Amino acid sequence: MSLTTSQLLQKKKKNILELWMKNQLADEGLREDLISNEDLRIQSEELVDSLVGNLTSDNFTDLDSDEWSPVIEILGGIAITRARQGFSPRETGAFVFSLKEALLAVLQGEIIDDPKKLFEESLKINRLMDNLSVVTFETFIKGREEVILRQTDEIAEISTPVIRVWDGILALPIIGTLDSARTQIVMENLLQEIVETGSSIAILDISGVPAVDSLVAQHLIKTVSATRLMGAECIISGIRPEIAQTVVHLGIDLSNIVTKSTLASALQHAFKVMRLEVKKVIVKNN
Amino acid sequence: MDKIPILRMGAFLLVTIQVDLYDRLALNLEADLVQMVNKTSAKGVLIDISAVSIVDSFMGRIIGNIASMSKILDAETVVVGMQPAVAITLIELGLPLKGVHTALDMEKGMNLLKSMIDTSGDDEDDDQSAYDLITE
Repeated sequence: MSLTTSQLLQKKKKNILELWMKNQLADEGLREDLISNEDLRIQSEELVDSLVGNLTSDNFTDLDSDEWSPVIEILGGIAITRARQGFSPRETGAFVFSLKEALLAVLQGEIIDDPKKLFEESLKINRLMDNLSVVTFETFIKGREEVILRQTDEIAEISTPVIRVWDGILALPIIGTLDSARTQIVMENLLQEIVETGSSIAILDISGVPAVDSLVAQHLIKTVSATRLMGAECIISGIRPEIAQTVVHLGIDLSNIVTKSTLASALQHAFKVMRLEVKKVIVKNN
Repeated sequence: MDKIPILRMGAFLLVTIQVDLYDRLALNLEADLVQMVNKTSAKGVLIDISAVSIVDSFMGRIIGNIASMSKILDAETVVVGMQPAVAITLIELGLPLKGVHTALDMEKGMNLLKSMIDTSGDDEDDDQSAYDLITE
């Protein structure tokens, strides 16, 4: 036997690709809805090219070496696109593992007469492909985490609208739990809006806040104080009976803050402060 | 050396801070302003900090001090035009500036000062409400 495994695999590149494609297309988990067979072929070809091309006899186990960085890059790119396209981890895993099977099958066909060598080389290929799958998974999960982070940002962005309910009165309904990061966004949005509209009253509606603990209360007090520093008054509305109970039990002092049970009564208070009056028009029938 | 001008307008004093305050300047302003309040027996002090983009705890304390000192000399202090970032910083520093009145802009600040001076000249009840505003 004169050829080394790497040379052998390079020679058999076409066979590997064909076998791999056959494996992939035969797999039940093939997602033709997410990726077309043609694209899949292009992806696979690129990966096999790069993998086999960079294979030398002594770099099988050392994944940190520079020769592997293009392969890892391609694999990472595929994993991230797959994460964004909504492939499941199993499908992404099957993509890499079916390549391993193709490689092993080709190897088996070539060195059938030397079981000892076959075993050794198979072990090497196994180790290499396992390492590559780990890299794929890592990148895949990173890609998924990026998606989650982006969604979190989006939720934080859209969940704090500042509404102008009247000339000079702003309302800010808070929905969901208030943590420090969110308070910061709420506060910045509110203060910015106060400056832009020149409003003198802000209503913070917390009917959508599921629970108030001492930390949330502290965040609320901070927001109210910051609004006061800007020269506007801040009213907290939408306090449910359970929340009132918790606040008192926790010993939080809200006596310096105007609190109302509903947004309507807060608005009424705001009208009173601004010396506005809402009247019912009496239509005279004559 | 820089000096922050203190302008007199009727019974009020106007201070517009156009530069970022450093400690020495702030201390001088405090001293000058108290002197001015005494000399002109002003009823109100209006401090415009709309151009101030950086504050530290020292600045926060100086503003608080000015307000307390003016109060002793029978003048109300209104701080106007605070930037959102400045407000957030002061709150994070734990300086809610209690005892200082605030307004969104010069015009609203002036109206607030006028209404405070008016009510303190009125009868007992109004006096009480004006007092409540301050101790809040």
